[in-house]
Amino acid sequence: MAITGSSKFKMESSPGQSPEELVLSVSGRLDRDGLEPALAQMRQAFGQSKPRKLVIELGHLESLDSAGALALTLMQQEAQALGASTELINLASSAADLKSLLDPAELAKEPLIPEARKQGFVSEVGRAFLDMMGDFKQMIAFLGDFFLASVRAARTPRLVRWKDVALYMERVGVDGLPIVGLISFLLGLIIAFMSSLQLASFGANIFVASLVAVAMVRELGPIMTAVLIAGRSGSSFAAEIGTMKVNEEVDALVVMGYDPAAFLALPKVLASLIVIPLLTLYADLLAIVGGLLVGVLGLDLTVYAYVQQTAKSLSVFDVTSGLVKSLCFAAIIAGVGCQRGFTVRGGAQAVGAATTSAVVTAMFFIIVTDSIFAIVLHYMDW
Amino acid sequence: MDAERRTEHDDKGRWIDPAGGISGGEFAWSQGPPAAEAAIRVENLTAAYGDNVILRDVSFEVTRGEVVVIAGGSGCGKSTLLKHMIGLHPLAGGRVEINGVDIAAAGDRELSLTRQGFGVLFQSGALFGSLTLLENITLPLNDFTSLSPRAANLVARAKLAMVGLAGYENHLPSELSGGMQKRAGLARAMALDPAILFFDEPSAGLDPITAAELDRLIIRINQAMGTTMVIVTHELASIYNIAHRVVMLDKSVLGIIAQGPPKELRDTSSDPRVADFFHRRPSQKQA
Repeated sequence: MAITGSSKFKMESSPGQSPEELVLSVSGRLDRDGLEPALAQMRQAFGQSKPRKLVIELGHLESLDSAGALALTLMQQEAQALGASTELINLASSAADLKSLLDPAELAKEPLIPEARKQGFVSEVGRAFLDMMGDFKQMIAFLGDFFLASVRAARTPRLVRWKDVALYMERVGVDGLPIVGLISFLLGLIIAFMSSLQLASFGANIFVASLVAVAMVRELGPIMTAVLIAGRSGSSFAAEIGTMKVNEEVDALVVMGYDPAAFLALPKVLASLIVIPLLTLYADLLAIVGGLLVGVLGLDLTVYAYVQQTAKSLSVFDVTSGLVKSLCFAAIIAGVGCQRGFTVRGGAQAVGAATTSAVVTAMFFIIVTDSIFAIVLHYMDW
Repeated sequence: MDAERRTEHDDKGRWIDPAGGISGGEFAWSQGPPAAEAAIRVENLTAAYGDNVILRDVSFEVTRGEVVVIAGGSGCGKSTLLKHMIGLHPLAGGRVEINGVDIAAAGDRELSLTRQGFGVLFQSGALFGSLTLLENITLPLNDFTSLSPRAANLVARAKLAMVGLAGYENHLPSELSGGMQKRAGLARAMALDPAILFFDEPSAGLDPITAAELDRLIIRINQAMGTTMVIVTHELASIYNIAHRVVMLDKSVLGIIAQGPPKELRDTSSDPRVADFFHRRPSQKQA
């Protein structure tokens, strides 16, 4: 009986020398495309005659690739599982070499760990809780390490890597000037423009200057700068330390006797504490310039009147509270970025996850801290 | 070969061959004498990073089924040569032909098809860390062949079994040792049954037993499948075990100083740089 295979190979079945023997003659090219058809045809022929012995005749086989060799091996395994003995005949020696690369015993091995299955809701919640607790523990441990490193650095300032501090001041501060400046300028411009639409109808154009100044200096300046720096620099701290973890550079620091928190995190945090308040002042200034532009060009205010009103609206406390907030935000951004970097285990994917987590966590803590400031300042009547 | 004419896009925007094959052919046993034509032809290759020329006017050929080792001291440009041969870096001069395709002149789809015709084992294995071993291997099978997912799984499991990693299907690369990662990398490189395999320092960082096992695997694959192999290494034991021919580079000339069977080079070369290398002697300068 001839069974037509794929266009590349042909399989014919015929009775063997004894009634319990089935001969399958395979000819042509048995390759990847023939893997499933060959197995299906073998099963069909086997089902019809139920032989005790399967002989696969390969004298007319023209070519065989690794998938074709796999098909032959699987045909033998399936026949043996059904209680039949198997024999391959007329297989060219080099094709036999190829087939010998596939050890049937190896192929029959079960996976050492089962395929990951989706867990139930309760397990997922439990796992998420445990992950959160683990995360919290790591954060506390990092805070402890960092605190000790800071105490040591305060006692012996020469232990601080001041060259690195300068480098990160440049990366976080100087390199961040264009984006922080642009966003703040546009923010001031937008606040001024939107508020002027309402205030103009009351003839209160001059209060646009107050609104821009107070909103930016007390609230939006620190928070917008922090969000931008979290995205720009917090993520880069996490990625940098995470990649060093993957490359065993952090392990190298440990065995060389360095404290990774002091070596890697302290310069980043110090640099951020220095430059982020400065960036915040710069952001406040640029936003006021943006508002000034709208005031002068759109609301017929003079530069002098606008600046006067701005100065009148702001107190030293407004500026100071904004700077204190930005100091807290700086510690959060740099601290979280470094801590997330130190949690990296594995490879590139873990670095990506740490980077994302650094930004999301920093933003969460920034908002929480800002809310705390708002409540405290409110109840202290400031 | 007119790949422009005989190729088309699939639904994911990848270049595929409507005939279902891989550009340049795939390895397989087939009847008839082995072809003696060049699988790889490197002509006057010049490699540079900016103004820093690493290799100048390097020329050699690799015939089908041959195992060629690119050897030489550290910094002589072995890995650079390999990366230029597989089209990862643009050539500063010369040409590289793989399966008859000039890779510098090839268009995107012709290059993509040519690349499907060869496999590369990178120094670190370069497995995708977020995928299991099985997923690493089924990735090209699902994307570049017409195999059903079930058949792709069967083939991928067979490849893992070939490299002695049966049972590790569901492991992540980070759960494996360095040697196992390299073997898994080899299984992935062989996923599409390429006619040519490139290896970048396959034995680097492996213990002698694992390195010898990997050498044996390379020899078995070459003998059983007739795969053409280009291997960058400076491990002498591996060179003697696996190389049909050694192409030896040296940074003093920015190119090839000798080529031939390893034992012949060791025993007959009059070039002191070659003799120093094969006899593990410090060079005259260093001495």
